[in-house]
Amino acid sequence: MPTLKRGLTLAATVAATLLGLLLVTFLIGRVVPVDPVLSALGDRASAESYAQMRSQLGLDLPLWQQFLRYVGDVLQGDLGTSVLTSRPVLEDVLRVFPATLELATVAVVIGTILGVPAGVIAATHRGRWPDHAIRLLGLVGHSVPIFWLGLMALLLFYARLDWVPGPGRVDVFYEGMVDAVTGVASIDALLAGETDIFWNALHHLVLPAAILGLYSVAYIARMTRGFMLDQLRQEYITTARVKGMSETRVVWRHALGNITVPLVTVIALSYAGLLEGSVLTETVFAWPGLGLYITNSLLSADMNAVLGGTLVVGTVFIALNLLSDLLYRLLDPRAR
Amino acid sequence: MSVRTDLPSPGWRGWLTTDTPRSRTQARLGRAWAGWTTFRRNRLAVAGLLIVAALVAVAAFAPLLAPYHPYAQDLGSRLEAPGAAHWLGTDAFGRDILSRLIFGTRLTLMIVVLVAATAPLAGLVIGTVAGYFGGWVDTVLMRLTDIALAFPKLILALAFVAALGPGIENAVIAIAVTSWPPYARIARAETLTVRRADFISAARLQGASSLRIILGHIMPLCVASLIVRTTLDMAGVILTAAGLGFLGLGAQPPLPEWGAMIASGRQYVLEQWWVAAMPGLAIFIVSLGFNLLGDGLRDVLDPKGD
Repeated sequence: MPTLKRGLTLAATVAATLLGLLLVTFLIGRVVPVDPVLSALGDRASAESYAQMRSQLGLDLPLWQQFLRYVGDVLQGDLGTSVLTSRPVLEDVLRVFPATLELATVAVVIGTILGVPAGVIAATHRGRWPDHAIRLLGLVGHSVPIFWLGLMALLLFYARLDWVPGPGRVDVFYEGMVDAVTGVASIDALLAGETDIFWNALHHLVLPAAILGLYSVAYIARMTRGFMLDQLRQEYITTARVKGMSETRVVWRHALGNITVPLVTVIALSYAGLLEGSVLTETVFAWPGLGLYITNSLLSADMNAVLGGTLVVGTVFIALNLLSDLLYRLLDPRAR
Repeated sequence: MSVRTDLPSPGWRGWLTTDTPRSRTQARLGRAWAGWTTFRRNRLAVAGLLIVAALVAVAAFAPLLAPYHPYAQDLGSRLEAPGAAHWLGTDAFGRDILSRLIFGTRLTLMIVVLVAATAPLAGLVIGTVAGYFGGWVDTVLMRLTDIALAFPKLILALAFVAALGPGIENAVIAIAVTSWPPYARIARAETLTVRRADFISAARLQGASSLRIILGHIMPLCVASLIVRTTLDMAGVILTAAGLGFLGLGAQPPLPEWGAMIASGRQYVLEQWWVAAMPGLAIFIVSLGFNLLGDGLRDVLDPKGD
């Protein structure tokens, strides 16, 4: 029974959070100095057609009714129409979202591959130079503007060293050559059997994903270090050492094995952060994802697109937060 | 009549380090001194303090330090590489980048001060009220806080600025509006640890009102943790403001805001790299300074934190 009750509480919390998000986007939409009636009819609308359009858009209703209408629309998948592309916002968002997902996923993999070992090494060398070096690197990672780092990386690795291709997802002459099945450029190329395009897409992915991944390295390393220090203090570690087990096995097998659960939640959380952080990275690398979509819409005051994009990112963000919570409960018997 | 044996050792240092202070001021100064000695041992934290102090000093004396006027255009010497005349080079309008960076410290400092003066204060009020009253007040306020905490901050700030219109004031508002929830959580946690304390009951028995207890007895105890958290967050605030500026949503040209300066140097980055590189370095140094300072302050003010 307590499981059911907890499940209900969780569901209620998520529902309230989503409703809160909707309220915020709704209110932001209300503050905009753009008159939605005029933008639908044009400046020379007569008073009569103005009033008609106003009631058609539901703007003569009390605010709370307008909000209910808005929630109803969103629940039916209607995020309005983008002024810029004149397509439904939901369609646009679904088209560009896989690119962001691709970028953030590779970035979180990079962050994990680098961050977890860094955290373990910092913990086993506590107070000595590797610990300080990793801490300092983390501080640097937290202090550098990511869009600037991206620009400088393009300058160095693309313009000067020519190690990576320039901005975009594939080279220009490859663009549009494979059908967008999944929307993930590299996977689509594989599905079409185009290995050249696949390698090209991966080449394009490396730099932006590494830059974005660096952001999560610092966080993952710091959390890993903390978890590891807790484990290394435990008596079972001493026992294992007394039994003559090699230090490598003690640290990387026993201690690290026991922090998998909290680590998974940390990684899920940083994944959520990366989805959001991709906005600035995408702008720098001309990566055609949700971030670029939102910023382009911002600059042309396309509020439907901005709010729709915000809503989608927010929902995924909340879902990942929830997922990390659920994973923790699922994987750790003590939390059940 | 016994002879006092606990006389402090002579000199101001002895006066500060005595364990029997004679007045409240002496006790406070003594504590501050003890904190300073802890802080001083952390060399990175001192470096952070120096960076932040330098930021304030440069902002204060910007007109004296800047070799050129930040808006002075000289199209004859546009996009000049760093050299003797222009230490950090010039931008597309021939403006001296160093001078613009120096005046840009004022904008950075203004953003930092405005956000630091609003978001933590809002969080402090919400957190202490929730923690002190408990019950349904606590439930409602903390649920709201949790909901707000689950939002993606940067994206919401973008949407806010999009709605309010680009500009540095709106960027500040957007950042402040999206960054109060963590402060509310911290303030509530601190309040919960003291609200059942005897000195609170004593104050209440003496007839102090809830307002007086919260303002006079609880809030001062929350300040230390909030200062630490605020300092650590300032790096993030600087980066977000710069990001908004970079996207063209923060400070508008010709204001010498560092993020906007990077954006304007972007199209020349492959050839005239210094136009975009220098403002980025400035952002990096200043936010590193706040991070180092915050780390050091945490060790002094909030030893239980780490």
